[in-house]
Amino acid sequence: MLWQALVLQLGYNATLVTIGSCLLGIAAGATGTFLFLGKRALVSDAISHSTLPGVGLAFMVMVALGGDGRALPGLLLGSAISAGIGLLFVSWITRHTRLAEDAAIGAVLSVFFGFGIVLLTVIQTMSSGRQAGLESFLLGSTAGMLWNDALVISIGGALVLALTLILRRPMSLVAFDREFAAGAGMNVPRIELAMMGLALAITVVGLKIVGLILIVALLIIPAVAARFWSNRVGHVVLIAGAFGGLSGYAGAAISATAPALPTGPIIVLIAFALFTISLLAAPGRGILAVILRHFRFQRRVHIRQGLLALATGQPIYERLTLRLMRRAGFVRRDGVATDTGRAQAAKALLDERRWQILRSNARHEAAAARYDGLTPLESVLTEDQLAELDSSLSPKVVI
Amino acid sequence: MGSEFITLSLTPIVIGTFAAIACALPGNFLLLRKQALIGDAISHVVLPGIVLAFLVTGAVTAMPMMLGAGVAALVAVVLIELVRRLGRIEPGAAMGVVFTAMFAGGVLLLEQSDTSAVHLDVEHALFGNLESLIWLDGYGWQAILDITALAGLPPELPRMAGALAFVVLFTLVFWRPLKLSTFDEGFAQTLGLRTDLLGLALVIVAAIAAVAAFDAVGSIIVIAMFICPPAAARLMTNRLEHQIGWSVIFATMSAVLGYVIAGYGPLWLGFDNAVSAAGMIATISGLILAVTAVVGPCRTRSGAPIEG
Repeated sequence: MLWQALVLQLGYNATLVTIGSCLLGIAAGATGTFLFLGKRALVSDAISHSTLPGVGLAFMVMVALGGDGRALPGLLLGSAISAGIGLLFVSWITRHTRLAEDAAIGAVLSVFFGFGIVLLTVIQTMSSGRQAGLESFLLGSTAGMLWNDALVISIGGALVLALTLILRRPMSLVAFDREFAAGAGMNVPRIELAMMGLALAITVVGLKIVGLILIVALLIIPAVAARFWSNRVGHVVLIAGAFGGLSGYAGAAISATAPALPTGPIIVLIAFALFTISLLAAPGRGILAVILRHFRFQRRVHIRQGLLALATGQPIYERLTLRLMRRAGFVRRDGVATDTGRAQAAKALLDERRWQILRSNARHEAAAARYDGLTPLESVLTEDQLAELDSSLSPKVVI
Repeated sequence: MGSEFITLSLTPIVIGTFAAIACALPGNFLLLRKQALIGDAISHVVLPGIVLAFLVTGAVTAMPMMLGAGVAALVAVVLIELVRRLGRIEPGAAMGVVFTAMFAGGVLLLEQSDTSAVHLDVEHALFGNLESLIWLDGYGWQAILDITALAGLPPELPRMAGALAFVVLFTLVFWRPLKLSTFDEGFAQTLGLRTDLLGLALVIVAAIAAVAAFDAVGSIIVIAMFICPPAAARLMTNRLEHQIGWSVIFATMSAVLGYVIAGYGPLWLGFDNAVSAAGMIATISGLILAVTAVVGPCRTRSGAPIEG
């Protein structure tokens, strides 16, 4: 059953939803990366919650005009407009009052959401509103998705993705260094507006599948997860897109296998699983890598100190040092140095002496800054410089 | 104001006001510490907490659910801190990762478990049921002094009052350390204050207020009251004491006006159905914030009162 869902053999509707949410996930991951890098991830929370009054108002307007209140394009247009207004409020409050951006975000999201709820209760009392099912926009609902709806979502997702790729250079510049971007002659406010506009578009497009409470997860989690794997913006965008697409695809497919598996939460939980894997296992920034690095560093320090102790004939009492030295073959079981141990110890002592001379010489200030008690001097200086240092190493013989 | 008002509207208004004030008080400090969105995160993660409590106990009873919600809030705070430190991620994004994932888990649990027999669904969690907290024994104003009638009060009222008393007590007892560590954390640390513990305690108190309020009025009011009244109060004054006073006034105004407008406004306009009180209270608090943002005496960044 799951396999059939993953290879799109579970019927027309499931296939539509799966492809749609995969595209949505890719676009959301790529767009969310720029929000995250600009430290403005939670602005998307304000955007998504402030879509609700727009959905309600659009429904009322369409009913008042005599049409079908549930037409998806109309609802999406309404939600885009009200989310845009919410976004303007956030930036107005941040710019014109002393309130910080997080307070502005919280205020806008709660008030717009509250007002949206008021509108929903109004709609419930309208004669045409009893079956509106606008609540499905809260958590998304893919059951009974139509070809047209899927088309709107797919085209929207693809458009956003294309725009993100076109705007990736200015957006990453602004996300990292606004002042430099402004100095380079870019129109920073307009680029930020475009960034927010793309996030808004994702939110609106994703309303139907993931719902407005959880769409923010699709903008944040893949980007945060991807950040663990690379330090280059281009790569992070690609990885975030891949994570987002994977979550969307697998989530929609899994949720199609059983009725009690709602699409939005499953997509979010898969994204979260990818995040957890990244947090633990990513090379470089992952927790496992950090722990490994710590132990490797500890080992190097202990061995170095042990070798220096050997060279100067001091006894070693530290258990861990002894064990590490024994395992490296530098000392025997009874604590006496082996031949390789003595050779390595002499080398370590020579290195330490050279460093001492280097650090007492103002001419080598730049190189001396790299002293950490571990780095061999051979990896810092050239052979000529080493020879010069060594000349002052041996005691001068006066004839 | 007849007995109908006492029966149907008095208790919801009182509960709503208590909830609003209980959330606004810690909200003041969270706002000044730039942690305003903690309230947002807490109110989202409450859902998995109550669903898990329901699955364990098998019944919709208040105490285990509040306990579950409280535990979930704590777990969320710890997780956010873990993700932030271990992953070296900025706090906003860490928060976004944790609370959305936990909320998604809550929704999934809810869908998976058979809760059709009981009144437990996502909409209820979001909107609350302020309108249903009626006082059937409240036959008139004199019922307030009648022991037997008071026994029929909805249990949410004493619970919310207890939470409010706890929050007020916390604020009073820790007033000076809270004020110090909020404005100058480094100075507070040199005085030997454990600012980290104090920060955690503040978040826990906020969580207690949120969970108690959530039970009665739903999570929209919780988020709105954590942020809007303190933010509006911040634009009115430069003194923390006055700010707290203003935020209590604004919270009370939002709760009372919001409830009255939601319950009676449509009737005055000629419609015969009330709208969501929780949503209207949030809307009113937003309007208050909008007014202060335009005319508040201390609205600008420099903080000096605006002349003339």
